[in-house]
Amino acid sequence: MRWPTTIILALAMMLAACQPQPVGTASGNTHQADTGGSAAGDLGPPQGDPILAVLTSAPNVPPPVDRDYPAKVIVDMEVRELDMEISEGVTYTFWTFGGTVPGSFIRIRQGDTVEFHLKNHPDSKMPHNIDLHAVTGPGGGAASSFTAPGHEAVFSFKALNQGLFVYHCATAPVGMHVANGMYGLILVEPPGGLPPVNKEFYVMQGEFYTVGKYREKGHQPFDMQKAIEENATYVLFNGSEGAMVGENAIKASVGDTVRLFVGNGGPNLVSSFHVIGEIFDKVFQEGGTRYQENVQTTLVPAGGSAMTEFRVDVPGTFIIVDHSIFRAFNKGALGMLKVDGDDNLLVYSGKEVDNVYLGDKVAADELSIVRDVTQAALTGSATKEQKIDAGRVLYNGTCSVCHQQDGEGLAGVFPPLANSDYLMADTRRAVEIVLNGLVGPVTVNGSPFNSVMPPMSQLNDDEIANILTFALNSWGNQGDAISSDDVAQVRAATERPKGAAD
Amino acid sequence: MRIFIGLIAVVSLSGGFSKYSIANEYVKIPAGEFRSVIPEVDGDNLVAVAEFLVQEAPVTNAEFLRFVLHHPEWQRGRAVSLFVDDQYLSTWASPISLGPHSGPQQPVMQVSWFAANAYCEWQDARLPSWYEWEYIAAANDSMADARALPEWRQEILSWYSQLGGDQIVDVRSSPANYYRIFDTHGLIWEWVDDFNAFLVTGDNREQGGADQLQFCGAGAITMQEKENYAVLMRVAMLSALEARYTTRNLGFRCARQNEIKQ
Repeated sequence: MRWPTTIILALAMMLAACQPQPVGTASGNTHQADTGGSAAGDLGPPQGDPILAVLTSAPNVPPPVDRDYPAKVIVDMEVRELDMEISEGVTYTFWTFGGTVPGSFIRIRQGDTVEFHLKNHPDSKMPHNIDLHAVTGPGGGAASSFTAPGHEAVFSFKALNQGLFVYHCATAPVGMHVANGMYGLILVEPPGGLPPVNKEFYVMQGEFYTVGKYREKGHQPFDMQKAIEENATYVLFNGSEGAMVGENAIKASVGDTVRLFVGNGGPNLVSSFHVIGEIFDKVFQEGGTRYQENVQTTLVPAGGSAMTEFRVDVPGTFIIVDHSIFRAFNKGALGMLKVDGDDNLLVYSGKEVDNVYLGDKVAADELSIVRDVTQAALTGSATKEQKIDAGRVLYNGTCSVCHQQDGEGLAGVFPPLANSDYLMADTRRAVEIVLNGLVGPVTVNGSPFNSVMPPMSQLNDDEIANILTFALNSWGNQGDAISSDDVAQVRAATERPKGAAD
Repeated sequence: MRIFIGLIAVVSLSGGFSKYSIANEYVKIPAGEFRSVIPEVDGDNLVAVAEFLVQEAPVTNAEFLRFVLHHPEWQRGRAVSLFVDDQYLSTWASPISLGPHSGPQQPVMQVSWFAANAYCEWQDARLPSWYEWEYIAAANDSMADARALPEWRQEILSWYSQLGGDQIVDVRSSPANYYRIFDTHGLIWEWVDDFNAFLVTGDNREQGGADQLQFCGAGAITMQEKENYAVLMRVAMLSALEARYTTRNLGFRCARQNEIKQ
């Protein structure tokens, strides 16, 4: 019953798509009157009672303004300096607007008068201020909002221009305040509001510079030198590696129109924002008024934004990335949009496998297994079974992309690990290959392979030990457990290829 | 009644004080020249500092308690609100007792510039000037000016990476520096006499405006020596303050015989 309906619908859509379109009316790129800019934005004095702005933390967005007059809006924002997780087992001292990275989302209407209260928590060590790109005036409010710990600054501005604007801290050194997470978005709606959509989300990219390498455990201080060199350790959506994956994925249903308010705090990098498996129906480039249609990847400047809209037509997990792609798979710039609903095989008939897209990311709930065994390894009490369980999670995240979840590899390209004579013959060699990579011809189970495996030395000893223990005891393989000491020995005795993590 | 309580406090303090009999000595600092992060004259950041004396450690809670017992007008609740904000000495248990959150040998915090100044006057001293403070704070344990060392800078930056709400340790918990001065970095911010003379704008990116001095933060952009970054954050902190302000991580030490020659 469902089938014919779907077909009819699909046919109807195709027909509709074939109708000639009137030229120059659908998109914003031709002969439209401009919006008048800031000159049109002074919509008179604020009316009615003052309104306390609803602030939300990412990925949530406050409800539409839904108001046909300019009001006085009070924004009450607290600056907090907080230790939070930047990646599993890694903490960082974030400086935040509202206790989260990115900072709270502010939503107002063009012509509103904003009375901004910036409170710097008494526990703060640093003075802070705020520069809102939505402000017309020198410094964007920064000079008026400079606030010592335990104090509050108040200033007012009128939102003359509509658009999606970044705000950030501008206290010296500006770069460090931004690098520690002090940025967020303020949306100034046009007087008539934005067209309604089914789902709205807040996604903000920013990169982090830590003394330790990517995913090195423990508390990581800020590294000024790396920041100056623009050599980011992490590139993240919404302030942590787990912020938008697994259970924290943003969610929609088939048929929904989704609007993403995308910001980029920087401090340095420009984002090539992309959703794998989706095409943006509309992109309001740089958070401005006009839109481009049918866009695959949109550039989001540091200190800039974009609004993207798209209808989700098929269910599944859509991966959100910075398409400067090493950032996605090696620095954490990954998020997920999970869409539920019925398959539409006419649109997409593929079988979806999360792990392929996940790279070396694993779902947040699975990480607890890894955490438990890491803890056990520290006390020397990890059992072989625990190591295998933890290894499976890590394998599915990191290794299965090439060697496949069933360990069979891909004929002629990626050697199999299942029932592999090459793997089982020399476990020390296996450790070496994981650590240092492998280039050149090998013969596995009688078949020749000549390919490149990159070094995986960014994994720690424990993680490598678990992955190998899993591989040596899965898919028909029967072998010993590898200990992290075994890996540490090989790590000490061999040299990493140039450019690999130590 | 109040006098009576005060007396008990004095007695019990002096009883407990022998345990902490370390006097906060004034250490003689030789005259010298150094390059400041804040140029006195446009383009020339070489600053001469005359010989002066400075306390080896920040003033402690116990020391400041003794002061307010002698000078009740500086007790919490009595101090004039023009001179202190409402968080003045708020971590103390009462106006004349420290309580569990303020150890006697921890640096006194939540004190305003006015209060710090009054304390130093009581000591026949004054607050150090920024240049004096910067001069002694440029040292590490073996060099008078260690600012070019990456470790020196990283140590300061990692203090910035620790939360302000964290437990404050006693003064002198870290080794003294080249001048036998303790805790210039890594413990608290410190008031200086001329903290409001920087004319640093709250927006630290303005530069090249009418007043060149107004841009210390922009100096962060244009400066050539990156190590200044770390010290400039202290300037930024001081410039965020008003003289009556008090904050959780802000204390002071006193100095004597001030003279800065050009």
